[in-house]
Amino acid sequence: MTAGPAPEHAPAATNGDAPLIEVQHLKIYFPIKQGIVVEREVARVHAVNDVTLCIAEGETLGLVGESGCGKTTISRAIMRLIDATDGTISFRGQDVTKAGRRHMEPLRREMQMVFQDPFASLNPRKRVGQIIGMPLRLHGTERGQVEGRVGELLKRVGLSPEHINRYPHEFSGGQRQRIGVARALALEPRLVVLDEPVSALDVSVQAQIINLLDDLQDEFRLTYLFVAHDLSVVRHVSDRIAVMYLGKLMEVSPAEELYTKPIHPYTSALLAAIPIPDPRENRQRERVVVSGEPPNPINPPSGCVFHPRCPRATEVCKTVEPPLVRYPGGHLAACHHPMSVSEQEIRSAERDEASPLACGDEMPSPDGAAAGAAPENRPQA
Amino acid sequence: MSDAQLLLEVDDLRVSFATEEGVVKAVDGVTFDLRQGEILAVVGESGCGKSVTAMTLMGLTRSPNAEFEGTATYKGTELIGAPENELRRVRGAEIAMIFQDSMTSLNPVHRIGDQIVEQIQEHEALPDQQARERTIELLDRVGIPRARERVDSYPFEFSGGMRQRVMIALALSCSPSVLIADEPTTALDVTIQAQILERIRDLRDETGAAVILVTHDLGVVADVADRIAVMYSGRIVEQGDLDQIFYDPQHPYTWGLLGSITRVDRPRPERLPAIAGQPPSLAHRPTGCHFRPRCPHEFAECAEVPPLEERSGNGHLDRCWLPVEDKRAKREVAPGEIGLDAKDVPEPAGGVA
Repeated sequence: MTAGPAPEHAPAATNGDAPLIEVQHLKIYFPIKQGIVVEREVARVHAVNDVTLCIAEGETLGLVGESGCGKTTISRAIMRLIDATDGTISFRGQDVTKAGRRHMEPLRREMQMVFQDPFASLNPRKRVGQIIGMPLRLHGTERGQVEGRVGELLKRVGLSPEHINRYPHEFSGGQRQRIGVARALALEPRLVVLDEPVSALDVSVQAQIINLLDDLQDEFRLTYLFVAHDLSVVRHVSDRIAVMYLGKLMEVSPAEELYTKPIHPYTSALLAAIPIPDPRENRQRERVVVSGEPPNPINPPSGCVFHPRCPRATEVCKTVEPPLVRYPGGHLAACHHPMSVSEQEIRSAERDEASPLACGDEMPSPDGAAAGAAPENRPQA
Repeated sequence: MSDAQLLLEVDDLRVSFATEEGVVKAVDGVTFDLRQGEILAVVGESGCGKSVTAMTLMGLTRSPNAEFEGTATYKGTELIGAPENELRRVRGAEIAMIFQDSMTSLNPVHRIGDQIVEQIQEHEALPDQQARERTIELLDRVGIPRARERVDSYPFEFSGGMRQRVMIALALSCSPSVLIADEPTTALDVTIQAQILERIRDLRDETGAAVILVTHDLGVVADVADRIAVMYSGRIVEQGDLDQIFYDPQHPYTWGLLGSITRVDRPRPERLPAIAGQPPSLAHRPTGCHFRPRCPHEFAECAEVPPLEERSGNGHLDRCWLPVEDKRAKREVAPGEIGLDAKDVPEPAGGVA
């Protein structure tokens, strides 16, 4: 589907050269301050808590998780819209974590973003031509050439060049999102961060935008970071998918494998929560419905952050944070009691260097974890 | 189902708004009925009129520019154009509503318990203590842990999922016979969405209330609905029971909706099936069948509005002129796969907001 590398590839090393984006042990904490005259920091929201991942050139990484899991924070940090508390972010091998404004400016050309809400992300007082032409003008395209280029871009995203003098309110949600895409493409970026680009759109229009993004990726060899809150949409665009929960990576997997072989119970719960449009099959489907809600990121649970909601949780999950373990096929999961893997696969699994620094050394044990192991401790409903 | 008591009868309901762009017919002749204990899902995209229909039943469409036609009868009482004091008696006690956005629907400066107590005492002369006890019981029933402590919390102290449960408790407080839920799970995370839908279904089983579930997501209703009405551009285009809609859909728009749902249980297709074009603007609708400009199967007949009729038997209604056998052949895009072929639709020249 995409021009990216074959799904079997090991995520860290694609065709030898450095990945386009490399995030290492990234931590982003937001301080909560109180006080009238002197503000004191009373607590911290652990939005992103030691995440390591990379995106290869031409690849699409889907970043999935529920609200508050830190997915948007990571994407904004990669765009350098938020400063990292700790850890590093490199763009094409170059550390940009602390890069200043002047240093970032040429790089901004290469990384662009499409936002979730097509109603809020376009200035209602500007004409389409001004909206799409602005990045061109800022980066030094000559005045005379801007209009022609905007026309081309409009055509490319499926709008008519005659729309150049219209205002955003004259367009429907799907068309507005096309304008947002055209603006992101104006500078021919390498990386496009898509922050829930279709979740505000109607179902029938979502598919149009996804297909458009797919075509554009092939045509311009774009690298995508696609942020989404559920697993249904990302499947169509992603080469790999990373699942986050409460600021941590739970699982990173080649896209298709995640759907047939989810290793982390949280991924399995996310999959189960997506209804199948087939009532008969739905009735028969075995579903892991997790109880409870995500805990407060100010005070995340000890051990595995998912343990209070996990149907498979045991004593070890409460105290020891699981390392990210690499299973065959480049499939990573952070779980003491992995699902859908054989004993053999567990034995050959290795601890991955992307593991959080604070995690324990315990590797998942084959005996307790074989597929179908009975949940030992079911949390209260 | 048919022997259950008929609660609500909506007949040719029309709601139009006078705007600068002309008269907008938000609801353009909607007819359905609702029986005790059933869950009717009203499915459609934004602007199809599903929410206006729901709000009108509650007497909440109160724009001075709005005009109503048709009837909606609840147990013999006419709701459309009923005087405010009569509506107040029905609203909350007989027909209750769960809104999409629980943050703006609850009053932020009152404790949630007080808001529920207020509604109970509005309809029943119950002493404070008893009303409070019932409130705690309700919160417990919708799955709020430590209800006795949480009853005195403010809305902002709850998460989105918990606030939606409070909304459900509020709606259930006077044991209504009809519950209208307008996109109750759209603002929620997927794992929470599953919990809330399950809760709504359980409550229907316990209380025997009928539910109208308004949603844009056909996938969501596969789990909970008994009957489904698919709306497009102000009209119901297809109506039938769950299996009819999912396994024998008659209207091309329904095929398109079914086809564009991502299936996580199947191998991924090369391309995501999409419905071409955009939903029509309410002020400038196409003549004849409203779906015609986006439909790859349109033909001469479509210039005339097809009535909502039983064409395939068993109470299954639809608005499409195609002969039933043709439909069954045309909707199969792959063996066993229902979908709608793409159509080359030029982008409208503008004025589509």
